Amino acid sequence: MCGIVGLHLRTAQLYPRLGELLTGMLCEMGDRGSDSAGVAVYGDPIWSPPGRACVSVLEVEPTAEAIGLDVSVTRQGATYLVTAESSSEALLDAITANYPDALIAGFGSDMAVLKGVGHPRVLTVEWALAKAQGWQGVGHTRMATESAVTPAGCHPYAVGPEQCMVHNGSFANHSTIRRELRAAGVHFDSENDTEVGARFIAQQLADGREVGNALKELCATFDGFYTLLVSNRDSFAVVRDAIACKPAVIAETDDWVAMASEYRALAGLPGVGAAKIWEPEPEVVYAWTR
Amino acid sequence: MDTLTSSSRRRSSATCFDLRTVPLRDVNTALHAPGISGEFVIAHPDGAHNVAVGVDAPVKVTVEGHVGYYAAGMNQQAEITINGNAGTGVAENMMSGMVWVKGNASQSAGATAHGGLLVIEGNAAARCGISTKGVDIVVGGDVGHMSAFMAQAGRLVIRGNAGEALGDSIYEARIYVRGGVASLGADCVAKEMRSEHHKELEYLLKAAGFEGDDTAGYTRYGSARNLYHFHVDNASSY
Repeated sequence: MCGIVGLHLRTAQLYPRLGELLTGMLCEMGDRGSDSAGVAVYGDPIWSPPGRACVSVLEVEPTAEAIGLDVSVTRQGATYLVTAESSSEALLDAITANYPDALIAGFGSDMAVLKGVGHPRVLTVEWALAKAQGWQGVGHTRMATESAVTPAGCHPYAVGPEQCMVHNGSFANHSTIRRELRAAGVHFDSENDTEVGARFIAQQLADGREVGNALKELCATFDGFYTLLVSNRDSFAVVRDAIACKPAVIAETDDWVAMASEYRALAGLPGVGAAKIWEPEPEVVYAWTR
Repeated sequence: MDTLTSSSRRRSSATCFDLRTVPLRDVNTALHAPGISGEFVIAHPDGAHNVAVGVDAPVKVTVEGHVGYYAAGMNQQAEITINGNAGTGVAENMMSGMVWVKGNASQSAGATAHGGLLVIEGNAAARCGISTKGVDIVVGGDVGHMSAFMAQAGRLVIRGNAGEALGDSIYEARIYVRGGVASLGADCVAKEMRSEHHKELEYLLKAAGFEGDDTAGYTRYGSARNLYHFHVDNASSY
């Protein structure tokens, strides 16, 4: 099944509560699959300090001494957050040069991606997610269907700068599209179907398409069933497959926009009683920008 | 019921259960007690699945809030009102009684239901009334794609618009639509509104509290009876 959640805050008064609210949402979706989980948090001043590039790293144990560049390294659960006053590309290059086996969970400014194998209730405690702050967060709790239960198989897939995608469903023709992308020079970390979708979107965005058109292109190219939540530093977009096979509920108030696989993940949000609540229509892209 | 007296409270004539303090399984067990009657209120469902499923008694149940999947599923006899939205499969496989959703319903509302009345005051999503076997469904707003797919018996009234592939592979259920239909599914066609159809539609609208509607504004849809099962030549295959 898998469960996905996202919260896009519109009022700064709620920023200190982002992690707490996201924790509640993600853990509520644990019933939909809990072999692994992950989150992307935008704007936490400790995890991704303003003005510094942030790269989220798994599978190796990076140290500041080895990387150079005056970096700082912190650890949240299995994920290392490496930050530096440099461009995120330069920091990424320095990390991969020193740690060729590193799994890059995400990179960019103002974004930290944490993921790992285990139940979201356990992982969110390891990450101390409830204390995180920021303006936007997305999360995923996984019931693996298409690839192994490993950190590389966990969502989110954050493969472009400040971008992030979580997916409930499965793509049928991902191998074909992966072959085409590989032939075009795109590198893959896993055999996971969602990674193909994320790298497809990243390439569309890199080619200059805006997120709505990138998602429409994905709908036209990918077979299968999906509810997708695609975010970047300032935006938040939802789309479902042509037959709306996988569930999705969106709720909106003046203070926030939230999305989840099921309403119960939204039931604890402040002011949800007065929220506008609806299910996204198939193949309609819903997007918000701050 | 005995175990619940401490955490359930009796207000006027209704027994109230707060799902923030009473486990759902205890509430459903109480509603399954033999020989029960009267009124029950379920507070703070917060999107929980399986609220008030499997009730088989002449009781009134009011759910105060949004529910998750399969609410009021398999209902028999009971009148169940949901003061909120319902998730996937509300009143699925209902046999009799009434389920009334004040808000919107997600996909597969009333799926496979054999009898009773399902009213959705707002919109219903995809596959509303899929494979129904005798239930009556009245939707105040729109329905999504593939509604009444393979519907075998019963009536589906749609006061708004219908999505794509309405009534695909329909058997003998009857569909009444006031608004537009995005597209008809295989073997589903518009049919003449004869006097008995106006009469049954009027009855259904009244039962659902929409008696103001002019039945002349509705179109009836049903099976063209051209698919495999309807050809007598294929009868010898069984």
